[in-house]
Amino acid sequence: MSDTIAVDKAEALVTEKIEELLSGYDPSMEPQEFWGRQYDLGLAWVQYPEGFGGLGVSPKYQGLVQRRIAAAGAPTWNREVNLLGIGMGAGVISAHGTDEQMRMWLRPMFTTEDMWCQLFSEPGAGSDLANLSAKAVRDGDEWIVNGQKVWTTLAHIAKWGMLPVRTDPDVPKHKGITYFIVDMEAEGVDVRPFYQITGEAEFNEVFFDDVRIPDAYRLDEVGAGWRVSMTTLMNERVAIGSRSLPRGSGSIKDAMKAWKEYDHDDPALRDQLTRYWAEWEALRLTVERANQMRKAGVPGPEGSTGKLAWADLNKAITAFTVELMDWDGTLYPGGYVLHRPTEFEGEGTPQRNFLRARANSIEGGTSEIMRNILGERVLGLPGEPRVDKDLPWKEVPRG
Amino acid sequence: MADTPRVTFALTEEQEMLRQTTRQFLEDRVPPTFVREMAESKTGFDSALWQSGAELGWHSLAIPEEYGGAGYTFAELSVVLEEMGRSLFPGPFVSTVVMAANAILIGGSDLQKKDLLPGIALGETVMTLALFEGPRGAGVGDIAMVAGRDGDAWVLDGVKLHVLFGEVAGTIITAANTPGGLSFFLVPADADGLSVEHVDTLDATRKQATVTFSGVRLGDKALLGEEGSAGPVLDQVLRLTSVALALEQVGGAQWCLQTAVEHAQTRFQFGRAIGSFQAIKHRLADMMVSVEHAKSAAYHAARVVDDSGEMLIAAPLAKSVASEAYLTAASDTIQVLGGTGFTWEHDTHLYFKRAKSTSLMFGGVHHQRRLLADAIGL
Repeated sequence: MSDTIAVDKAEALVTEKIEELLSGYDPSMEPQEFWGRQYDLGLAWVQYPEGFGGLGVSPKYQGLVQRRIAAAGAPTWNREVNLLGIGMGAGVISAHGTDEQMRMWLRPMFTTEDMWCQLFSEPGAGSDLANLSAKAVRDGDEWIVNGQKVWTTLAHIAKWGMLPVRTDPDVPKHKGITYFIVDMEAEGVDVRPFYQITGEAEFNEVFFDDVRIPDAYRLDEVGAGWRVSMTTLMNERVAIGSRSLPRGSGSIKDAMKAWKEYDHDDPALRDQLTRYWAEWEALRLTVERANQMRKAGVPGPEGSTGKLAWADLNKAITAFTVELMDWDGTLYPGGYVLHRPTEFEGEGTPQRNFLRARANSIEGGTSEIMRNILGERVLGLPGEPRVDKDLPWKEVPRG
Repeated sequence: MADTPRVTFALTEEQEMLRQTTRQFLEDRVPPTFVREMAESKTGFDSALWQSGAELGWHSLAIPEEYGGAGYTFAELSVVLEEMGRSLFPGPFVSTVVMAANAILIGGSDLQKKDLLPGIALGETVMTLALFEGPRGAGVGDIAMVAGRDGDAWVLDGVKLHVLFGEVAGTIITAANTPGGLSFFLVPADADGLSVEHVDTLDATRKQATVTFSGVRLGDKALLGEEGSAGPVLDQVLRLTSVALALEQVGGAQWCLQTAVEHAQTRFQFGRAIGSFQAIKHRLADMMVSVEHAKSAAYHAARVVDDSGEMLIAAPLAKSVASEAYLTAASDTIQVLGGTGFTWEHDTHLYFKRAKSTSLMFGGVHHQRRLLADAIGL
């Protein structure tokens, strides 16, 4: 095959750039400086064009880059720190942005100098995101935004936000949305903590009061915001559903630990725990299989099931872990403390994880919506009849 | 558990081709009408089909070249097993090619392998294993039958139940206790004192027999491998059989999913395709998730058969996950099809019966989870 030479060339190029990056690495270097060098060498996301953090080669070489960087002990955690930017924003900007926009946003995103957030849900637009009512009105070269967003992760430390808003209420809901990138430090942006079931405020409410956004910060066409939002959500669901973990890690680890710590021997509980272990492992293998098939360019249905399966299973396992603790499961060590974390908080106590997991089947697409997507897009089943599809947005009943 | 083996899931070009030719052949040669014919027949065996399968190379895939096989691996065999599950392939394939061939391959002497495996590879031989003496358990401790010594002869007395395709096997490999421990014996079907009795089965496409040994006299050459060596071989063969059945279950579950989806797309009630109702759509989405999970577990197991430590986890994982996926898929397919799914005429019941039957064989889901629990240190 003629591709063989191209493949070898691409690998040689990537390897050469990796050598260059690592030969200049010094453990005393600030991580942000290292990530900047990584970006400038085209090793941030190798599939992007040169000059935008890439080399224009197949994305499969990114794995090689990450492995080599990790092996050299150099920092790799920028993706976790700026997950909404690197995990979701970058894909959206590269798919829908101009060269100028890519130049402005991608590098500081990759280095984590600029943190990102995603301003999607509203009080009146959850599963029915296209019903959103935060609006933007054009004023010369600017847009004036008013409205409210909710469930915004890390909005209080973000520099940039991904913001779909209504720009035309007279057309059906999917057609009147435009997608902007908003400067979270702009005047009129008010970020307030939104305390959740655990007492933490991972999320925020964000109020927009006559916030001005330059038209240059618009992604894609006016009215194309639904399409851009879908790109974002697909990236988000893949990001949630494709995290590959070692066997026995995650919530099942807590359950196994509780089984031993609480000295259980009941055969019914043992069978239930083993069943969860098996389901968790089958999920893990499915994620692994999906990642392999995706890299090989032959994605199948296995790539779409992860988010749904993970959400329901994680809820069940974290609940079972608390059950294994009997009376101790009724405690909440440390008590509820209303606070605002500055980064993703990892694992907590089993009780906290049990509470936090309640959101798994809601955030990033509810399990009901995920089942609709699997049923309609993967299995090819017909959609539900919709009463609002062709009505102008302003005439759709809401409440 | 840090060094969990990572397998390659994607099929090679050769394996993909094998899948296509296997599926095509089974669609042509083993349509539901033929499956029903086999179910209604007494032996459930068609020698012409058996020969054709051997000519396609199915029987020889995982047998090493030095013993007359093609020298591929269980990964190739797994492709065939999955397709067989999808078509409800009737016949003694699992009992001969997975169970007997591996008992010989793992437990037999070099001479026995050279003597017996080429016949399996060529499709000349039908064999089976006679293990069970009660409704459950085929581990070393569950087998009570004794092979007594009379001069130079071993003498077998006892009854073995649930012998797959016992009526058509030319050789029955059975397990009995000898002074050295548990031993495998190769028993020709025409041995004096051996009687094979048909029993009716829930899944009529997979036949069973009760095999009675009444003073069956065998020479030392009838011992498979060393005397007393059968225990660990048996455990390995049972794990491989579990993986083979899990692969079949994955194939069958996919047929159910496809059938239920097609019905939901074309059956109209209340003026709309019933698949547009979330009550149906969500059930089918869940079915797809569990089928994908079953695939992953079964494919993983099929690729680690040579890793004896990992097989302690992978085999019961695959059998338990695939059993549940197939049972739910078959049961939910009946529900989605409504009354049609409950008829004799529609093929779903054949899959439903296969699903229940394969989930119980060689240890049901709770038994598999006990094995798994032991393996993961619970």
